[in-house]
Amino acid sequence: MADKQDKNSNTVSRRSLLKGLATTPIMGVLTFDFYRKRASAKAKNEAIRAELGLQEKAPTINIQTGKNSSSDVIRVGLIGTGSRSKGGHLRSLCLVMPEWIKQRSKNPNDRNLQSFYNSEDLNIQITGICDVFDLHAEQAMNIITNSVTPWGETERPYTTKRYRTYQEMLESKDIDAVIIATPDFHHAQMTIDAVEAGKHVYCEKSLTRVEDEVYRVYNTVKNSNVVFQLGHQNRQNESFKKAKELVAKGVLGKVTLVETTTNRNTTGGAWVRHLDGNGNPKPGSLETIDWQQWLGSRPQVPFSIDRYYNWTKWFDYATGLTGQLFSHEYDAVNQVLGMGIPKSVVASGGIYFHKDNREIPDIFHIVAEYPDNDLTLLYSASLASSNSRGRRFLGHDATMDLGGTLSIAIDHNSTQYEKKLDDGLLKSDEPLYKFPEMSDNIDAVSSASEKYFTQRGLVYTEKNGKAVDVTHLHFKEWLEAIRGNGETSCNIDIAFEENVTCQMANKSYLEKRRVEWDPVKRRIV
Amino acid sequence: MNGTQNNYSRMQLITLIVLRVIIGYHFLFLGLEKLFNPSWTAAGFLLQANGLFAGFYHSMAANTSAMGVIDFLNSWGQIFIGTGMIIGAFSRFACWAGALLLFLYYTSNPPFMGGYFFIDRNMVEFFAVVLLALFPTSHLIGIDNFFTKTRSA
Repeated sequence: MADKQDKNSNTVSRRSLLKGLATTPIMGVLTFDFYRKRASAKAKNEAIRAELGLQEKAPTINIQTGKNSSSDVIRVGLIGTGSRSKGGHLRSLCLVMPEWIKQRSKNPNDRNLQSFYNSEDLNIQITGICDVFDLHAEQAMNIITNSVTPWGETERPYTTKRYRTYQEMLESKDIDAVIIATPDFHHAQMTIDAVEAGKHVYCEKSLTRVEDEVYRVYNTVKNSNVVFQLGHQNRQNESFKKAKELVAKGVLGKVTLVETTTNRNTTGGAWVRHLDGNGNPKPGSLETIDWQQWLGSRPQVPFSIDRYYNWTKWFDYATGLTGQLFSHEYDAVNQVLGMGIPKSVVASGGIYFHKDNREIPDIFHIVAEYPDNDLTLLYSASLASSNSRGRRFLGHDATMDLGGTLSIAIDHNSTQYEKKLDDGLLKSDEPLYKFPEMSDNIDAVSSASEKYFTQRGLVYTEKNGKAVDVTHLHFKEWLEAIRGNGETSCNIDIAFEENVTCQMANKSYLEKRRVEWDPVKRRIV
Repeated sequence: MNGTQNNYSRMQLITLIVLRVIIGYHFLFLGLEKLFNPSWTAAGFLLQANGLFAGFYHSMAANTSAMGVIDFLNSWGQIFIGTGMIIGAFSRFACWAGALLLFLYYTSNPPFMGGYFFIDRNMVEFFAVVLLALFPTSHLIGIDNFFTKTRSA
């Protein structure tokens, strides 16, 4: 009897045990599944890295945040303090208003604020500013005197003088170097004058408006000792450095076609900028703007707020899409492939959408041929669609998309990767390598044009997952070169290649013909 | 315990247990992935929040110390819920906790802009875990069976 009871209770507890633990083995299945997935993801990752020849390397950017007074002070003058200067350069030079920090702090992931704090003391003094518009000069002066640095300094140990003309500034003994951020048509002459006055020059693109200026600026800078830097700040972007490394390693195979684009669809993006957010004209009149100085050597026309703000629309002041946006695209490709000046260029387009009083086309395309490099560079721009077509390097073995981020997709007809594709070790036609890893992190508050520039690698780069301002790095490189450390990456030789190419495109469009570069005479024919 | 414990047919019981285990599997897997991915944070998800409670979720994402707590609770919460559902331990509590988590996911990014009006995967899974909470099985098959006084034998 007792035996039977024992047997019963044993059966009960055994059944109970089985019921209690019936689903527990699933945990083992899950653990196996999880580790198998992780292991295969890791193996795949390693296979790709090995195949692409990528080593885990520390980023090359070297930023020492905080106060630094070890180097020589460089006294800088700002020529032109409009939107690019007060809205961009000053921040890249470590000066912002406390209100800006307060406003940006609302978003913990704000990349602009992050990159501001990730700046280093450039050890400069902004001893002079110059602008034809009183308002812009006053605003810049306000930022310089009332701003705060990333390391919390609010006092300036120097005074800043406003010069009425840039010539006056160049005569001053208190200026060692100038940053030029005026409308494009002044760039060449200002650079020449600054170099002749012995001042180092950082000039925004586009450096030249017409072909003749290219040779004059080149010869002047080349025959001087000044340090010149052209404002293609994406030279400092890590993804471009990575791209150059990957192309040099032959990861893409033979690259025969590069497609690069501009896609904007706003009035501001089409250089209609004389109205504020409410549709009212922005400030500016003959009383506050030195119109004669603004016009300089250009044809004398009556004061026009349209021309003052929207100068890009006319060939008298700029080269339109060529100098404003193709120049960045060209330099982005040239720094990766180093292909230099094309043998021939054809450009075409028209004013198909923004039918205002403009001269420059809003739909514009350039085909540049490099027979010696077996390469075509194709540029296509639309100011009437924001469909992002990217920047693409097409190789026989893989395609690379390059902007603020870089991604590579293997071609399914690749020869180099044929075996690996057959073995299933590599997959084709989908992004299989992305740089940097944390690249999906565009914040929610940036404006449309800010996003455009961010996507094209023109705003910031990444260091250990944190944003670093590329313009800051570009300034830093220039200032270090002035101090005798290293050279500028966007020097006058690079600027020459780019400006010749831009002038070829412009000439082709205006003369409606295919133009060629004569390397012996060094002239466009 | 309520009186429903013995009233499931065999097929009903099996189906409920399978549902409990696969949803638990889903939770645990996602929790482990977050735990083993050090760069993961819910901030991106919360910043994308839209709809009625967007302000609340945005302010959560804006608060760095809160984000640490949220990330911790989310990944370990998923691991706890998933494990509880699979092995049938504290299974009802796990189901309600899972329902709460899914409710938060749903309200932070309601699918009103999508094609299905208000239905998305979070909502489907939410009602599935509510169903599992209301039709418990762990006291029959699962660790909870050890702590259940009334045996079915």
